[in-house]
Amino acid sequence: MSDTPNLGFVRHEPIPPSPPPVQQAGAVKWVRENLFSNWINSILTILSIYFVAKIILASTPWMWNGVWTTSSLRECREVLQGTSGACWSVLTERWNQMLFGFQYPVEAYWRPTLAFVLLLVCIAPVLFQKLPRKMLIFSAIYPFLAFWLIWGGTLLTPVIVGLSLIAGYMAFVKTERLIGFATGLLSGVVAVALVLYLGSFVTAALSGFIALEPVASRDMGGFMLNLILGTVCVSLSIPLGIVLALGRQSNMPIIKGICVVFIEFIRGVPLITLLFVANVVLSYFFPPGTNLDLILRVIIMITLFSAAYIAEVIRGGLAALPRGQYEAADSLGLDYPQAMRLIILPQALKISIPGIVNVAVGLFKDTTLVSVISMFDLVGMIRGPISSSTAWTGIYWELYLFAILLFFVVCYGISQYSQWLERQLRTDHH
Amino acid sequence: MSEAQMKVSDEIAISIDMNKWYGTFHVLRDINLDVQRGERIVICGPSGSGKSTLIRCINALEEHQKGSITVDGTLLSSDVKNIDKVRSEVGMCFQHFNLFPHLTILENCTLAPIWVRKTPKKEAEETAMHFLEKVKIPEQADKYPGQLSGGQQQRVAIARSLCMKPRIMLFDEPTSALDPEMIKEVLDTMIELAEDGMTMLCVTHEMGFARQVANRVIFMDVGQIVEQNEPEEFFNNPQSDRTKLFLSQILGH
Repeated sequence: MSDTPNLGFVRHEPIPPSPPPVQQAGAVKWVRENLFSNWINSILTILSIYFVAKIILASTPWMWNGVWTTSSLRECREVLQGTSGACWSVLTERWNQMLFGFQYPVEAYWRPTLAFVLLLVCIAPVLFQKLPRKMLIFSAIYPFLAFWLIWGGTLLTPVIVGLSLIAGYMAFVKTERLIGFATGLLSGVVAVALVLYLGSFVTAALSGFIALEPVASRDMGGFMLNLILGTVCVSLSIPLGIVLALGRQSNMPIIKGICVVFIEFIRGVPLITLLFVANVVLSYFFPPGTNLDLILRVIIMITLFSAAYIAEVIRGGLAALPRGQYEAADSLGLDYPQAMRLIILPQALKISIPGIVNVAVGLFKDTTLVSVISMFDLVGMIRGPISSSTAWTGIYWELYLFAILLFFVVCYGISQYSQWLERQLRTDHH
Repeated sequence: MSEAQMKVSDEIAISIDMNKWYGTFHVLRDINLDVQRGERIVICGPSGSGKSTLIRCINALEEHQKGSITVDGTLLSSDVKNIDKVRSEVGMCFQHFNLFPHLTILENCTLAPIWVRKTPKKEAEETAMHFLEKVKIPEQADKYPGQLSGGQQQRVAIARSLCMKPRIMLFDEPTSALDPEMIKEVLDTMIELAEDGMTMLCVTHEMGFARQVANRVIFMDVGQIVEQNEPEEFFNNPQSDRTKLFLSQILGH
């Protein structure tokens, strides 16, 4: 019995916390552990360094020796005299065309530039919750202001469109409360149409009232066109995507059927075919005589396209929520719109942010596809007017590097924002 | 029991006479149950016996296929208005709390009063703080559910239901997902609620709680009510063999 160890143990004094042992630190240790831990790792490290160095050594002189002041490719090559160097002068010569297209009036460049700066002001309160909420009023006005700045014409046009939307909203709210959702929606649409109809007489009579020189849609181009398409289509396709995602989850078979067919059809079709449809076929669907703007048709198509993808992303978010959230909302007596708006969507959208940003970035880059239906966006400008001009035919690298840089800055910015937002919204583990 | 209480408890809070199927599977069979106002009922039984399904039918989280359920004078039918009315009068606590993780504790409690009852925000917040004090966690009001322990979360869930001033409370295994050390704080809250005269239906295996609080214990098996009695009789003198077996298994260790 004396061999049995005594199992009884009582701690009378708690152990005080002590600091962790000092870690061995230093650059040499890090390098040894991460880059040269074994011979395979060492070989890979050396190979990688070799290739990175090779690329940098080959491209730096080309970039660094670049020529900035010539006015054609031939002149540029004369200056370089066979040495390696870039002809950056194509950018100094043609930057305005790449940004604004070749038909936008030069004296009006300040208008889209101002619209772009204001765009940053407009989206700031949407992106950053800490900014004063009153800035959202400007965000609501911005689309009309930007339209006026970029397209020109009388200020009355966007004002009347804005007023019609306000009238429609008020009609909707009043009737919805009195009669019901569907009747409210109908009366809202009627109110919008009525104000637009009456307003058309006013704009016709006062076409010169606070007017900017009008610019036709076909004159839009360059990176400006990509930005217009990207911003408009992303902001339209998110609400549409939410509606489609909820519709697909609906218990009502007809609504569900329409949403499923729409989403699956759009996802099964390449964007480029839809753009050709927008270019050629879509006009057949409108009453004869209506001449729908090409940009508007393209916006409709890209929006429908990305809405289908966003709907699927959001559906994933909805499916990821535990059943208990729906039940808790139901058991508190919230009705369907309240439960969706207050409980389900905030959480589902939060889960969906990476996916939505993914679609948005992809969509923004896909706007360059409009170059194949002879719209002169950034890529369209490079492929068309600039590459085929006598002065610059045969130049590729510099132009496409510039395009890559522009797109990269925007898309990288968006993706960094989404990562920051995800960290901000993380309320469940900290 | 005072005369006033006797009078109130004459009223019938819930009247159930129904059957339910999942597809062809008959989950609830001829359930016939009247709940008096102020009555505290504990429902127990093996898993799959339909006890959770039964109380989830009372606020229409599950549909019944045959028969009727009347809650507080409102007949539950497919009419959405009736369902919403019943749900706003009946509070429910879930096994996994189901707090809204994106809202603070206070917002969790004020959400339904503000949007369903149209209570002004300030008043709703005062009510919420009152009930958070009642469940003894007013100091957590500005935290998020993820920062609280399980027991605290369940107490918040109780407070959230109480903020709607319900006349009936349903509990669906409120302590089953909790660490042993946290069960007591939740049960204490429920006992306090019972002492205030709340009509309660509680699915639980906490037999100590049943003895202390319940007026009636119901034992269910295979979708039917096998035995019901007042707690002393139920525990000391069970009649059916199934009940005896069940009790011996949960009390025997």
